[in-house]
Amino acid sequence: MNFSRSYLGVCNRPEYNYDKYHPMSEISEWMTQVAKAYPDIVTVMDYGKTYELRTISLLKIGADTGAKKKAIWMDCGIHAREWIAPAFCQYFVSRILRTYKTDPKMGEMIRNMDFYVTPVLNMDGYIYSWKDNSTRLWRKNRSPEPAGCNCSGTDLNRNFDANWGTIGVSFDCCHATYCGRGAESEPETLAVSYFVGSRKEDFLCFLTIHSYGQLLLVPYGHPNFTAANYKELMEVGMGAAEAIKKVHGKVYRVGTSPDILYPNSGSSRDWARFQGIPYSYTFELRDDGRYGFELPEDQIRPTCEEAYDGALHIITYAHNKVFNGAVVASTVPTIWTVLVAVAVAATV
Amino acid sequence: METGELNPNHYPAQRAAKVVQHYLNTLHGSPYKVFGLQKVFRAYAEDVPGSGRKYQLELSVQEMVKKTTANCEAEVIFPRKEDHPPLQVHVSSHDDLLNNNVSLQEETLLYQQYKRNHSLLFAQNLPDSNGHIEPEHIPFWHLGAVASSFVMLSESTEDTLYNMAQVANITQLASNDDPLKFEYDVLLHEMVSQEIIAWKMLVTWSPSEGVKVLKMEKREYSVTNLKTTLL
Repeated sequence: MNFSRSYLGVCNRPEYNYDKYHPMSEISEWMTQVAKAYPDIVTVMDYGKTYELRTISLLKIGADTGAKKKAIWMDCGIHAREWIAPAFCQYFVSRILRTYKTDPKMGEMIRNMDFYVTPVLNMDGYIYSWKDNSTRLWRKNRSPEPAGCNCSGTDLNRNFDANWGTIGVSFDCCHATYCGRGAESEPETLAVSYFVGSRKEDFLCFLTIHSYGQLLLVPYGHPNFTAANYKELMEVGMGAAEAIKKVHGKVYRVGTSPDILYPNSGSSRDWARFQGIPYSYTFELRDDGRYGFELPEDQIRPTCEEAYDGALHIITYAHNKVFNGAVVASTVPTIWTVLVAVAVAATV
Repeated sequence: METGELNPNHYPAQRAAKVVQHYLNTLHGSPYKVFGLQKVFRAYAEDVPGSGRKYQLELSVQEMVKKTTANCEAEVIFPRKEDHPPLQVHVSSHDDLLNNNVSLQEETLLYQQYKRNHSLLFAQNLPDSNGHIEPEHIPFWHLGAVASSFVMLSESTEDTLYNMAQVANITQLASNDDPLKFEYDVLLHEMVSQEIIAWKMLVTWSPSEGVKVLKMEKREYSVTNLKTTLL
């Protein structure tokens, strides 16, 4: 009956293929379709422009309760070549939409919280990485060469106002970790910091999705800074890594960037934590270097499945801390769940 | 720098262990045998006067074609001063998975096939943008990874972590000698700087002689220097 929903892979008749990498035009179209298919809980929100003047959009997913709600942030594709990340954001959305009516916990979470998911943050860079074989491994955005230097692009994940320009960056515009002319010099960075910054008290989680390395990184990237809730971040992170391992046996290491990988500054994760968003993580998805950025498409689904469980562990923890872990046990939602299940079955 | 027992999950131990991976591939790698670092169990570091910084590691590696695992003990000594000898690696293993010849049959078949071919192999972009490699090219992707290990081993320091990102080009060259001969253009990913670094290599291989890299040369990688195109 509802053709848009079947297009989205609900009702076991997938037309949108979550097991392939999609160019930006297809991802944008998918976002429109998702919002059309679930008008009650999904809205597209435009919240900025890229350097090349493309509109940066996110999907806001949540039941409209009329009240101010707590929120979860997820962004993918801040680095152009990390194609598995946008694939994960799309999968994440599709999982929520497939389960919120039948899974009481997910139903509860989208009543209590809004999910803000940006499938591709660095749209210019992502599109550029699709251009041809010579551009596939591009990382940065596409802002032009600054005065006195001969190369384009800023590393957006070094451009945030979080110990900007102090460690783990390059001031050479030709380098992959060039941190920009100044903190928040890039329109893509500003888009995130305006949107999230103006709602920062609402956000419980800030999850930024990258590849590769199979890591869960907690704040801060600067070795001299320790998050006040570092112990908690590590415990929850280890729990997420356990959840990931249960799915397909993959090991994700957990720790701060300076411990596990390398020190850095100006990351979105650090910025979010400095804003007071308590559960701020960088996900580095598969693999561990064998294929690297060019992860085979037959690994998209298993990677997404494990990362979903990892993200959900963190999100559920954050949710339960605020909402006291009370799974709504009254009979009204239970009957509602049964009725919806019958209705869904009838449309298959 | 931490001395003594190290956290095996932290980057100093992980970077040293990656060097062991590269070393094992230079010794034992082939089109049907490629090692990947699996886990570091223990790590210990100390400064050694006259040599540099020594890491002692207990780790496991996975052979990616047959999917077998081997445990190793290894030592990696990074030079710290100009007068220190170059990077040294020693490996002992309790599993003889490293130098067994389970892959000899496939290697011999591949070798004979390409020795007899009248046309020379040419392939590009292994893997392609979607991570795909044509089945007949997979052994040459493996060979590229093994050959790259020679470069990655020679370029490794305590401040680097190398993986091969892609075989950009492989061209088989005519050869009157026994080994097959190839020119490889590879793209390496260095994790700490996040740079993509292009290398050209002249590579030979036969089942009996193994993989040799006769020449290696760093190349200009053009994408990082492309200017923004005007819309």
